[in-house]
Amino acid sequence: MSKIKFLILGFIFGVILIKAEVISWFRIQEMFRFQSFHMYGIIGSAVVIGMISIWLIKKYKVKTIAGEEIKIASKEFNKGNVIGGLIFGLGWAMTGACPGPLYALVGSGLLIVLVALLSAVIGTWVYGILKNKLPH
Amino acid sequence: MNILTQPWPWYVSGPLIGLMVPILLLLGNKTFGISSSLRHICAACIPGKTEFFNYNWRVESWNLIFAFGIIVGGFVAGYIFENPLAVQISEETVSDLYAMGINNQNGLIPQEIFNFESLFSLRGFILIVVGGFFVGFGTRYAGGCTSGHSIMGLSNLQFPSLVATICFFIGGLVMTWFILPSIMTL
Repeated sequence: MSKIKFLILGFIFGVILIKAEVISWFRIQEMFRFQSFHMYGIIGSAVVIGMISIWLIKKYKVKTIAGEEIKIASKEFNKGNVIGGLIFGLGWAMTGACPGPLYALVGSGLLIVLVALLSAVIGTWVYGILKNKLPH
Repeated sequence: MNILTQPWPWYVSGPLIGLMVPILLLLGNKTFGISSSLRHICAACIPGKTEFFNYNWRVESWNLIFAFGIIVGGFVAGYIFENPLAVQISEETVSDLYAMGINNQNGLIPQEIFNFESLFSLRGFILIVVGGFFVGFGTRYAGGCTSGHSIMGLSNLQFPSLVATICFFIGGLVMTWFILPSIMTL
């Protein structure tokens, strides 16, 4: 039952993704063609709010609702950030969706996106198999 | 009804997305990121003997529950309260897409390309199946997606996330400007 809060938060996130239209293939095309501020405004303002929040959490040593210290693991640079990033970028412009939007689109009744989601699971699986052979 | 179906402006939805970062941290030290859920699905369903998938995914089950919540949210906002109007993209995008042969610009995605029948055409197969594969393979190889790197990582001033985000954009630009026009002629 303790996990129901994540269900609710995921639900809210799904609603936001749809209402923001960031899940729309048309919006993604518009963004990559630099023809509207919409997507840049969304990503930019989300990052600004995220940055301020983390800064405040660190500055005031805010704890979780369970009283734990908040820890955020650092990310270490590797070549995958570049190569994987480029590959994901290609896929983002093809499907018009990143992982979150894939889930939201399936929920919105576009069952064809379930095929893309399944394909993304397979892509992740193939990465897992090849991981040790890929440059990192 | 209109208020429930109409889209929200960027300055409402963007900050709300940003708030996911502190809320997840406060709720239980969780870092915002969606693509990990794809890995957990692999670990739960088809782990095999691969080291990368043999871990206790149940510890991270919140991420799968969150993803399931997105599906339900998508259903309520995108199906029950579906916006009947086309996405209001710019005039230039509309004409660029027409020029590529996308005539039906209603709905959230171009229905001419994204349907079950087109899966059996080269164009549809590439955009849906290969595109989906790239999303799953690329995000895991990059160590995160738009949420994990571009929002969570940048919020936490992580250099690898900046590199990844720039690469997401380079990949997207290359596809949009140089490859997609050719795929559309298939």
